[in-house]
Amino acid sequence: MTALSSGTELPFPGLRSGVELVPTNDQPQTGKEYTSDQEVRWCPGCGDYAVLKAVQGFLPDLGLRRENIVFVSGIGCSSRFPYYLDTYGMHSIHGRAPSIATGIATAREDLSVWVVTGDGDALSIGGNHLIHALRRNVNMTILLFNNRIYGLTKGQYSPTSEPGKVTKSTPMGSVDHPFNPVSLALGAEASFVARTIDSDRKHLTSVLSAAAAHRGTSLVEIYQNCPIFNDGAFDAIKGQGEFKDGKADAIIPLVHGEQIRFGAPDEDGRGSKVVVRDHVTGGVKVALAADVEDSAVLVHDAHATDPSTAFAISRLTAADYLHQAPIGIFRAVERPTYDDQARAQVATAREDAPGEPTDKLAALIGSGDTWTVV
Amino acid sequence: MSSQVQKQVKQLDRVIIRFAGDSGDGMQLTGDRFTQESAVFGNDLVTLPNFPAEIRAPQGTLPGVSSFQVHFADHDILTAGDAPDVLVAMNPAALKANLPDLPRGASIIVDTHDFSARNLTKAGYDANPLDLLGDANDPLGDFAVHPVDLTGMTVAAVKEFGLSRKDAARAKNMFALGLLSWMYGRPTESTIAFLTKRFAKVPAIRDANITAFKAGWNFGETTETFAVSYEIKPAPVSAGTYRNISGNLALAYGLVAAGVQSGLPVFLGSYPITPASDILHELSKHKAFGVTTLQAEDEIAGVGAAIGASFAGHLGVTTTSGPGIALKSEAIGLAIMTELPLVVVDVQRGGPSTGLPTKTEQADLLQAMFGRNGEAPMPIVAPQSPGDCFDAALEAARIAVTYRTPVMLLSDGYLANGSEPWRIPEITDLPVIEPNFATERNHVVKPAATAEDGTVTEEERDFWPYLRDEETLARPWAVPGTPGLEHRIGGLEKGEGHGNISYDPANHDFMVRTRQAKVDRIAESLPPLTVDDPSGRAKVLVLGWGSTYGPIGAGVRRVRKAGYDVAQVHLRHLNPFPKDLGEILKRYDKVLVPEMNLGQLSMLLRAKYLVDAIGYNHVRGLPLKAAELAEAIGNLVAEAEGITVDLSTTNDPHTAEEISR
Repeated sequence: MTALSSGTELPFPGLRSGVELVPTNDQPQTGKEYTSDQEVRWCPGCGDYAVLKAVQGFLPDLGLRRENIVFVSGIGCSSRFPYYLDTYGMHSIHGRAPSIATGIATAREDLSVWVVTGDGDALSIGGNHLIHALRRNVNMTILLFNNRIYGLTKGQYSPTSEPGKVTKSTPMGSVDHPFNPVSLALGAEASFVARTIDSDRKHLTSVLSAAAAHRGTSLVEIYQNCPIFNDGAFDAIKGQGEFKDGKADAIIPLVHGEQIRFGAPDEDGRGSKVVVRDHVTGGVKVALAADVEDSAVLVHDAHATDPSTAFAISRLTAADYLHQAPIGIFRAVERPTYDDQARAQVATAREDAPGEPTDKLAALIGSGDTWTVV
Repeated sequence: MSSQVQKQVKQLDRVIIRFAGDSGDGMQLTGDRFTQESAVFGNDLVTLPNFPAEIRAPQGTLPGVSSFQVHFADHDILTAGDAPDVLVAMNPAALKANLPDLPRGASIIVDTHDFSARNLTKAGYDANPLDLLGDANDPLGDFAVHPVDLTGMTVAAVKEFGLSRKDAARAKNMFALGLLSWMYGRPTESTIAFLTKRFAKVPAIRDANITAFKAGWNFGETTETFAVSYEIKPAPVSAGTYRNISGNLALAYGLVAAGVQSGLPVFLGSYPITPASDILHELSKHKAFGVTTLQAEDEIAGVGAAIGASFAGHLGVTTTSGPGIALKSEAIGLAIMTELPLVVVDVQRGGPSTGLPTKTEQADLLQAMFGRNGEAPMPIVAPQSPGDCFDAALEAARIAVTYRTPVMLLSDGYLANGSEPWRIPEITDLPVIEPNFATERNHVVKPAATAEDGTVTEEERDFWPYLRDEETLARPWAVPGTPGLEHRIGGLEKGEGHGNISYDPANHDFMVRTRQAKVDRIAESLPPLTVDDPSGRAKVLVLGWGSTYGPIGAGVRRVRKAGYDVAQVHLRHLNPFPKDLGEILKRYDKVLVPEMNLGQLSMLLRAKYLVDAIGYNHVRGLPLKAAELAEAIGNLVAEAEGITVDLSTTNDPHTAEEISR
């Protein structure tokens, strides 16, 4: 996977930065400055710790003024996140963080706005706000912690749980069909969609950098292990437990401009499995490298205007037990943001009607058909 | 416009006209134009639009009837009138639907054109009532009926513009407006200017409408059908510049004014809903004032975005009607917990559920008061007339910003769409709202000290987001971008002062009481109530809130005119109640509380003051009627004073609807 340089540098030349209007800090910062005085209260072994550490470690690299960063969350284990960061923050109500963040981001161009949410918060109770934030392309970064379970309510199945999952509320197995968060986001025409893993700090950090630098709504799905209620859900992806040797077959790495290859290396050291177009379905499929021409191997284009191929790639994610998933940036395209356009309309209207606000107010309320009584 | 027939001019002190037609006939526009003409002329006036929830209900049917009532007078009036003196009916359904409201002797101007067998059947008429005029069994025998082929004359008048028959006939509302404008001596310039502008892009339609309007006027002047025209002199009002204004427009202007007077950009998050959408439409035009409007994906997102904007230092506003409040409740609770300024506008309509979307009601008071989980006190402000929506919006914003709290502004469908002349205020008379953003750390961690060896350590401070102002109990409003004041807020219970999460039992008890005390403390900033008790001898007090101000005032005037004593108080603040309310209630033997609900304010008064509040309640989707209210007040006066009350001299709806003060 491509190592991205830190800082506010653009990962994709030519695109506007998500933080270009946020005041920068001329002093070096440390992760400690971003650590609040509150005791972190997740379960031992929770994947959230790793993400918190990664974020605290990465925020100083953004080089922004700390007071211009806002974290907003909903309800759920991951939504405690803002309490542990010494920035501005709001721990709001279940599912509504994207709407609150939309208000913040639209009101203020000088803020770097982050949403921390989970699979239940974002995809179940807050599904509507998520897709509309993505559709509008409000300048914010959404970290979707996906542990495929309800943790805070103690173990019911979530909208990303695999079919047949036996939980407290589904003793005979879940009959719900799950969402694939990346497919959902691409379906909503999100301008930046990525997937990463809690335990891979390097990849996590690189994706966060790219997401923060993206101008518009960035959705980052983070596979996050819940050791209490859904332990091992990502073992195949992480090459843990019974999947100790299977990591190469499970992760399909997506790197812009490179062939999509994975699996045990062939004699050239390249992945022995490849992704190719499926001319029968119009989608993509996995093939053995040995069976196809090199030119037939799909080259990942995160900047493709049309999201169809990115969507097709997202369908390579296993829907049941997660034994295979593409990881990386699926899509990063430039599209006008809601907040920039809304502010531009206000700015234009103000330029067109200069003058003292009180004078303008007097003119407004005194408009229309009036008559004077002396 | 030359006169060919010698006409008699009669003086009247007031007239109530109701324009009624199919919902596609343009009756709202007709009524609105007549209102503007009357306003410019200088009459006092009150209007009552009444229309179906369907945009185009089946043509020609009773449910599809739309009407607009305007009451105008040469003196100060308070209501749109109980019963119309004149009905303009554009089709059989409009005649049939409105007939029950007409008092004996009322005039009916009816467009005969649509009285076909088919339309009569649709309206439920077995026989054409117009064929029976003058017969012994004439169903319209109690009224002065003027059958006129308004449509036919309109089509003939606009022939030269080459419009389709359908388009030509559509100008019939302007013909009717022209006729009524002549009959009541209305100035016509504003309507011609309006039509010129409105149809500027379609010259044929523009010219047809103007021609129909003038043709209607000329018809009145020349026809022998109408022998009399009327004069209603301008009403004497206090000096100033006036305009006609609807409640929704005044409310939107009030919010713009709140932005100007506080220096805060207004941020509206809203989802379209009847009858509140016009506020969204209006505010979306005022970006030049720094107003941002976000049409959200749903009601919850509307309030969510407003809360986010408030957190970011804007004046967050969300506008809706009752069903929307139900959806926003959890988020309003968050604003109460996070103690952020927020104005929540509820333009009440008939409920429960979808209810009567286009009709008025006051049945959301208890929802506003209690409709949230936990102890979640929320200030409530209610306007009393369309123009008063302006001041009420400013007052809601004042409380929200000063006390860092969401405030419920309870308008209703009648105020929203009704209109009245409004004296345009001077900007210098408007209240100034101080946001007082926090800029400094407010809590001393370690005081400055000088050690024995003389080394001085400076004071160490941090920021406590829940350290309160002693007077208002408001917490500091520290907006992102302010260095050194980084903090986290949220829906979990806060520790007193520092604001970190706290599950401590004593702290929760303290914080619940403190949030209540903060809202109660708003009463300290309220002026004393105005008690309208001219003789000082009244034993009966009539107490109301919101849009019932007009009907209550008109009912009270009738009772006083008949020689009896009654006092009136009207509440703008429903939570907290003004400090002197309890003492005022004690002064009277009987307290009557008229409401368009089943007794919600009565319940609050009974609970808080142990007063035997007597309800007068109707939920018909229409304003209370002054005559009925006068009756109820009279009965109570009779009971309280042990006398017989006779209101017959003042209660004939066709003679003396309302009496000057």
